[in-house]
Amino acid sequence: MADDRPTPLDKMSMLRSATPARIFLPRAGAALTTRATLDFQLAHAEARDAVEERLDADRLFDELTSRGLTAVRVKSAARDRRSFLLRPDLGRKLDDDSRQHLKALAGDYDLSFVIAEGLSARAIARHAIPVLERALQSLDRTSWKIAPIVLAEQGRVALGDDIGETLGARLVAVFIGERPGLSSPDSMGVYLTFAPRVGRTDAERNCLSNIRPQGLPYADAARKLVYLCHEARRRQLTGVDLKDEADTLPSGELRAIDAKS
Amino acid sequence: MYATTIRGTSYRFPDLKTLMAKATPLRSGDCLAGIAAMSAAERVAAQMALADLPLSVFLNEALVPYEEDEVTRLILDGHDRNAFAPIASLTVGEFRDWLLSDAVDEDALAALTFGITPEMAAAVSKICRNQDLILIAAKRRVVTKFRNTLGLRGRLSSRIQPNHPTDDARGVLASAIDGLLLGNGDAVIGVNPASDSPEQCYELLSLLDELRETLNIPTQSCVLAHVTTTLQLMERHAPVDLVFQSIGGTQAANSSFGIDLALLRESHEAALALRRGTIGDNVMYFETGQGSALSANAHWNCDQQTLEARAYGVARMFDPLLINTVVGFIGPEYLFDGKQITRAALEDHFCGKLLGLPMGCDVCYTNHAEADQNDMDDLLTLLAVAGVNYVMGVPGADDVMLNYQSTSYHDVLAVRRMLNLAPAPEFAQWLADVGLTDARGELQAPALPASFAPLLERA
Repeated sequence: MADDRPTPLDKMSMLRSATPARIFLPRAGAALTTRATLDFQLAHAEARDAVEERLDADRLFDELTSRGLTAVRVKSAARDRRSFLLRPDLGRKLDDDSRQHLKALAGDYDLSFVIAEGLSARAIARHAIPVLERALQSLDRTSWKIAPIVLAEQGRVALGDDIGETLGARLVAVFIGERPGLSSPDSMGVYLTFAPRVGRTDAERNCLSNIRPQGLPYADAARKLVYLCHEARRRQLTGVDLKDEADTLPSGELRAIDAKS
Repeated sequence: MYATTIRGTSYRFPDLKTLMAKATPLRSGDCLAGIAAMSAAERVAAQMALADLPLSVFLNEALVPYEEDEVTRLILDGHDRNAFAPIASLTVGEFRDWLLSDAVDEDALAALTFGITPEMAAAVSKICRNQDLILIAAKRRVVTKFRNTLGLRGRLSSRIQPNHPTDDARGVLASAIDGLLLGNGDAVIGVNPASDSPEQCYELLSLLDELRETLNIPTQSCVLAHVTTTLQLMERHAPVDLVFQSIGGTQAANSSFGIDLALLRESHEAALALRRGTIGDNVMYFETGQGSALSANAHWNCDQQTLEARAYGVARMFDPLLINTVVGFIGPEYLFDGKQITRAALEDHFCGKLLGLPMGCDVCYTNHAEADQNDMDDLLTLLAVAGVNYVMGVPGADDVMLNYQSTSYHDVLAVRRMLNLAPAPEFAQWLADVGLTDARGELQAPALPASFAPLLERA
């Protein structure tokens, strides 16, 4: 029998706040009510728009250079959004012009930053510079020679291997828009790869995921990234053998690592 | 060499796996692999050549080498010649007609189960229209048991999938309670853990077991961790009902998942030894999906649908309680849009049922695929007509941990009502006993049953 006492609504609402999932949605018969249906449609529309959106690379380029950073623009071999989605292999390699361009910039670099819209240009437009700035602030520039920041269009994570190898960088950090979720159309990921070269597997990378104010905040993302950069250089590797233990370190200790390197 | 000539144009296919790939209805994954038909006409030519092929060819020509692949050995060594006898003289095309014929009923299909190989099932599916895939699959029910009876005709079950981005116990509990209040969860209450840490999985298993015990629900729980993690947890006496694992259709694909057949056998035996099932001993839960072998570069230039059917050849050796294709999860480079996802799901369900599996389906898509919830509504309805054993119940269809969309608790209600389907009998009885449903089995107006009160203390 149904309980005829009052439903303990206060406790139910406490449970509701314990998850971002769409729980306790009202029903109209055997379906969702209008409002819940349209809320879902809106979230999906935003995620779809995020996938289709192209990065405003001119603007991002200007934002980088106005901060005194050297930046360079490249394209992957994927010509358009459709071929980017259908041909992951093309999104992983530079087009010929870009390769020539980067070859001319090759040098002796400790670290290369690559910014690619991936599956969410929105994530990159919002979060790339805030995280990059914070990371650059805590890297000692006398011991870290940083390559020109590479802005890549239609790039996947592994495009960083091609870019890093072409530039001659010992470490590459790829900032990329992640596959949008319904409740997170603007998540950014950062993938770090030691000794980048074409053919590296994902098991050879470290990843920071869900970077956005509601997920992994900028300062934490930058702190973890800098920690991983130092550890990658110290141990000469990235991947499954390099665990992210930045959480266990107080921030003072991270600065200490910084000073030593 | 296989060849056919159509209106003066001859088409040649150097081997069986090329013929199979070219005969496969268009999908992006086969294009990505570079093995799809080059034109629509070539595809139909391949289908015509395939239709004329004797089924027995599949017993003599392996698509993946016998010597190099334990899945091929499992399939060919396990083939039952006696069961094969009724169709031994048929071509693939005649086999389709045989399956559709009025004389072939549920018993005939059940008797045939180990007489057909996954490759035979895949081959005949390639020359079936969607309607045929539904019509034939609907003849065959596969019933499994643990604490309830799943897969009976006239029933549709669902998995509660209460995932949480950080495995928060209260968050998981909240989603699970929501599902139960909406009559979901008879297939399993199954969480994908955000972390594969054994400690976290142990806590989730304990939480789900406590939930089930507190409410005395005739269902089973599962934490979908890697099989090695679950083995460890069983040794530590964690309350493991079902052993979960993702599987693929080649040895190399399974290797990319970190498993082999021996490991599956070991975990199967360990779960059986726990004797936690009250009315049956189907203790395994598998997930699969077209494209997994290609994404691991473990596809031997075979088409993704044939390899998916081979994964079912693996699954059926372990008498699973549940198996579902996670059809649209893999992304548009394997299944581009709603049309390709729908086709793939119907093929998977059809092949799974022919091979004797209790097929379910995660009717789903990602946000970079050309699909939306309308496509999922269509597919869910088609699968329910085809007699799918279970589908997913995800709060609001939005999985906030895995970042994709599936079917919702409400969707399960809708399709049960549209097609007059009921939950598993034991579970339906429980819903009535606790007052969630009325005498006709319809959900009551929202009210929290008294028996749920202790759970809220956790809030």
